[in-house]
Amino acid sequence: MESPQTPVLGSRATVQAPADVGGLASEGDEQPVTTVRPKRGVPEGLWLKCGGCLDTIFRKEAEAMLNVCPKCGHHWYVSARQRVAQLLDEGTFEEWDAELAPTDPLGFRDRKPYAERLVAEQRRTGLTDAVLTGTGMIRARRVACGVTDSAFIMGSMGSVVGERLTRLVERATHDKLPLIIVSASGGGARMHEGILSLMQMAKVSAALARYSEAGGLFISVLTNPTMGGVAASFASLGDLVFAEPKALIGFAGPRTIKATIRIELPKEFQTSEFLLEHGFIDRIVARKDLKSEIARAIDYCCSGWSKDSASS
Amino acid sequence: MARGLHRLPLERPIYEIQDRIAELEAAPVGSAEQEEIRKLRRELVEVQKEIFAGLDPWQTVEVARHPDRPKTSDYLSLVFDEFVELHGDKSFRDDPAMLTGFAKLDQHRVVVVGTQKGKTLEERQACHFGCAHPEGYRKAMGKMRMAAKYGLPVICLIDTPGAYPGLGAEERGQAQVIAESMFMMASLPIPIVCVVIGEGGSGGALGIGVGDRVAVLEHAYYSVISPEGCAGILWKSAEHKAAAATALRMRSADLRELGVVDAVIEEPAGGAHRDPRQMAIRLKTYLLKSLKELTTEQPDDLVAKRYEKFRRMGQFLETAAS
Repeated sequence: MESPQTPVLGSRATVQAPADVGGLASEGDEQPVTTVRPKRGVPEGLWLKCGGCLDTIFRKEAEAMLNVCPKCGHHWYVSARQRVAQLLDEGTFEEWDAELAPTDPLGFRDRKPYAERLVAEQRRTGLTDAVLTGTGMIRARRVACGVTDSAFIMGSMGSVVGERLTRLVERATHDKLPLIIVSASGGGARMHEGILSLMQMAKVSAALARYSEAGGLFISVLTNPTMGGVAASFASLGDLVFAEPKALIGFAGPRTIKATIRIELPKEFQTSEFLLEHGFIDRIVARKDLKSEIARAIDYCCSGWSKDSASS
Repeated sequence: MARGLHRLPLERPIYEIQDRIAELEAAPVGSAEQEEIRKLRRELVEVQKEIFAGLDPWQTVEVARHPDRPKTSDYLSLVFDEFVELHGDKSFRDDPAMLTGFAKLDQHRVVVVGTQKGKTLEERQACHFGCAHPEGYRKAMGKMRMAAKYGLPVICLIDTPGAYPGLGAEERGQAQVIAESMFMMASLPIPIVCVVIGEGGSGGALGIGVGDRVAVLEHAYYSVISPEGCAGILWKSAEHKAAAATALRMRSADLRELGVVDAVIEEPAGGAHRDPRQMAIRLKTYLLKSLKELTTEQPDDLVAKRYEKFRRMGQFLETAAS
């Protein structure tokens, strides 16, 4: 499902300094910086430069390791489709609400009209908006699953992301399914849809409150980057919060914070490890273990809740 | 209140007339002068109306941030018959940027939660200019939870540029507390009325903004991001803040049209800061009307309707499934 231009391994997440990630808002017109560095006589894209160790890595090797650097273990960007393929049992994903499409409620225009930006992002990523939702199996356990893609307008949440996630949560409540949402959003709430984007934070959170009251298990997986309005809503509301190693996670962007308090920020500031240390994350889970860790947590928490509904 | 100390350029014609009136009044007043003063007063009202009816989006932001604009603490004394402040989040610190406590509103006993900007420079600095820390949101959550336990309605007054962006705020879970607060407010079985009285800055505002009724004062704004922040990211320079303020559609009439607020509370001629008492009366009228409607509802219905209210927000296309 990837368009030819989709950056395969490297991304802004792996190459750009965390300081380039905005706070509550998003920047969409920059293409993710691809790490593809063409070499003389070698087909483009065969080798990639790791954003962690800066070493040159054979692409096939990294792909076999789920887009993790075989040398240093740095977790690279994965698209929402790749994530679904990595996490769910092969061929079990059934997409929901694919027919929802973004519109331009404000007639928003910065240096480029939002309507044009949407078309360009859709063409570039092969997605209609920044989240994929649906159902599938994780080691034979049925789940409701949502994955945001940080390549689509910085993975920011506008009306479609909010609506798809809300429907996902409502359906998970109704069908008594464990809920997994994998976040990758440097953008937070999407500026181009203004106040309506902000309200999606309340909308999804309210749906999660109902889901929780009904007894559902929500596992939130934070990946690089999870910032702003996404971090300040559903991503932080998991019964269990897992994070991939060294992901950038926080409320305000590091640049905003630097500009406000004018001091150097600690080296590990706003990383998964920083959040774990301060008590906001249950476990840091390497990508290769994510599937089995989620399956195990489901077995602990909802062996009673979802069994009777497995057939529905 | 110290009116007229901070003069916005857009208000210049108003101050010119006021100064002329003051000049005339200072000298011995004959009948000709009295006639002139009466004429000027009529003109003053007209000029105020005209200027404030024609504010552009950026000017609205300036008015919403006007240093003389009534703050949460002003409304606490002007609107309510009693305010019993309750401090602390029982965990880390008392955040002065979040005011919480019991209050009486005519016959209603309520809990008020509001972001506070402070009035003197010292207060402003202590309040971080209205930017609450995680302990502020924890304090708000604690008081709202207590309100629910004892069946007291909650009134939220919102006036913040945003939740504080800082090292300590991140260490103590700024994102986490805003998410938790919305999550909690979504299911509190008591009436919640939220009013944006000045700045409705992003997640910091929404963190105490999930209510059965959400209103906004006429010249307040409510936005996903500050116009400066938006301009910095999308236009690469904060100088484009006026263009961003326009594009974001953050003013009261826009919010009403987009279905985000239930009501716009009209401000006195020349803005809330020209007549805080009159503004307080209008705010009180709105609060009483809302409480009258909401206190007759069953708790379950309240929560269900609140859910539906936010559930409807957003705009998207939905084509028939292929």
